Amino acid sequence: MKSLVDLEKKINSELTTKIKNTEIKHNQIYIETDKEDIIDVAIFLKTNQDTKFRQLIDITVIDYPEQNQRFEVVYLFLSHEFNQRLIVKYSITENEVIPSLTSIFPSANWMEREVFDMYGVSFKDHPDLRRILTDYGFEGHPLRKDFPLTGHSEVRYSEDQKKVISEPVKLEQNYRNFDYESPWEGTKYIKEEIENNDKKN
Amino acid sequence: MTKKIKNLNLNFGPQHPAAHGVLRLILELDGEVVEKADPHIGLLHRGTEKLIENKTYMQAVPYFDRLDYVAPMNQEHAFALAVEKILKIDVPIRAQYIRVIFCEIGRILSHILNVTTQALDVGALTPSLWGFEERETLMTFYERASGSRLHANYFRAGGVHQDLPKGLEEDIAKFCETFPKIINDLESLLTDNRIFKQRNVDIGVVTKEDALDYSFSGVMIRGSGVPWDLRKSQPYDCYESLDFKIPVGKNGDCYDRYLCRIEEMKESVSIIKQCLAKMEKGPIKSLDGKISPPPKTEIKQSMEALIHHFKLFTEGYRVPKDEIYTAVEAPKGEFGVYLISDGSSKPYKCKIRAPGFSHLQSMDYLIKGHMLADVPAVLGSLDIVFGEVDR
Repeated sequence: MKSLVDLEKKINSELTTKIKNTEIKHNQIYIETDKEDIIDVAIFLKTNQDTKFRQLIDITVIDYPEQNQRFEVVYLFLSHEFNQRLIVKYSITENEVIPSLTSIFPSANWMEREVFDMYGVSFKDHPDLRRILTDYGFEGHPLRKDFPLTGHSEVRYSEDQKKVISEPVKLEQNYRNFDYESPWEGTKYIKEEIENNDKKN
Repeated sequence: MTKKIKNLNLNFGPQHPAAHGVLRLILELDGEVVEKADPHIGLLHRGTEKLIENKTYMQAVPYFDRLDYVAPMNQEHAFALAVEKILKIDVPIRAQYIRVIFCEIGRILSHILNVTTQALDVGALTPSLWGFEERETLMTFYERASGSRLHANYFRAGGVHQDLPKGLEEDIAKFCETFPKIINDLESLLTDNRIFKQRNVDIGVVTKEDALDYSFSGVMIRGSGVPWDLRKSQPYDCYESLDFKIPVGKNGDCYDRYLCRIEEMKESVSIIKQCLAKMEKGPIKSLDGKISPPPKTEIKQSMEALIHHFKLFTEGYRVPKDEIYTAVEAPKGEFGVYLISDGSSKPYKCKIRAPGFSHLQSMDYLIKGHMLADVPAVLGSLDIVFGEVDR
């Protein structure tokens, strides 16, 4: 499809109920779908003559710990023929297993491994779901928002044991995260104090 | 009597000079033929994405230098463009030219390194000695503009950090005159060299279809005959107004990729020349005081400038809630930033799409059935830098 508006119409008319929402912004199409439909959507996008999204650019997850459906899975597609970009998304809860796209796009293999490593989201039918970026024997999923920036363990060479050992992180000084946002409005506790006083009055 | 032969497992790296960094490649060999390759990456993983989530938008820029450290400014460009698009700010025309000049210098830096080390991997020492001299010249340009040879931290949302110093434009122009001869010299050593051709022609062939399926980009996809370059197809900054060609390969082997890189360097020189000719004096960063810091002299005179300066370097600027994917044509391929902002002064998430990641992934597919000696040749032509693969 030449224009994004036509493409949006085409996708909506072909996939109907599989598409929850579409939006055009920043010259890209954003599509919301469901976990169950992602395979169908991906096959359609890749094979249809009017879409031809032949390349899967990346897969990632956004973590919203305060939401009920914690993770938002994001797929970025690119169509060379029509020079368009498309973003597909769906939300899942923490322990859900999602379908793998490796059979459709071979390049999804490492991208899914990275998602698994960084967020702990598991993929069904993935040929080789191992950790990829973190160390051998690493525990936890670093890009989750509740994972501390400094991590849990650090490694060093131990002169006594003559090998590299891993031990809990010891910080000489705690990590300080200054809250610079709008110091003009006063700090939070003062605000709360004022609000409480207002309520009493 | 039959003899049972077991396949040999070989660890290639992580401390092997031809592994181009810290790659541990576990090869399954049948005699000298590679049956399977399993790259173990992550030995240089520094958690860039996690760190960026904890820094303001301005503080996040230096992390991009440390991704693909042979062409640092190209990465910064992707991030700057993403932030600019969300903030909807315009970049002054001079800043656009400066950025394009330094991106092309980065492309030459990266391609020299790749072409010459690829030659080194297959047995030619001289090209790297000749090429690195030019790299040194280019890095002094980086230094004169940004203060640092490698980790520039020069691009900002809305422009660049500071204007070019006196005389730099002339020196870059002089370089553009002398550099084509160096490329010719390099070519005279390699292009028709019998050994170089024997080691590279028909090695690591990628078909058009597979290049698409494996999410290849940059030279890897152009070498296979797909004329795709983001500078042309989705132009950013002032690329639209520049005239340049996209070299495309035919066979998709290591040799074609080498040729593409050589031609791209020539095109880059022409782009730099055009930019230098078109460049005029003017502002080099956005004039919006809420985004770019005021000049030092003003801070001592103007109260408003002082406040802006203080706010920018403590809280940083806030970016409205939005999400965007922007990509640039880095020397290695499509380098993208998927940025999620939540209205605060720190990115909520910043996913970095590194071209080397998907290229290295295809190692098993590329090397299957090749000889062990072809591993460095293929690896060299993939143009892998571990800073960006591991992030």
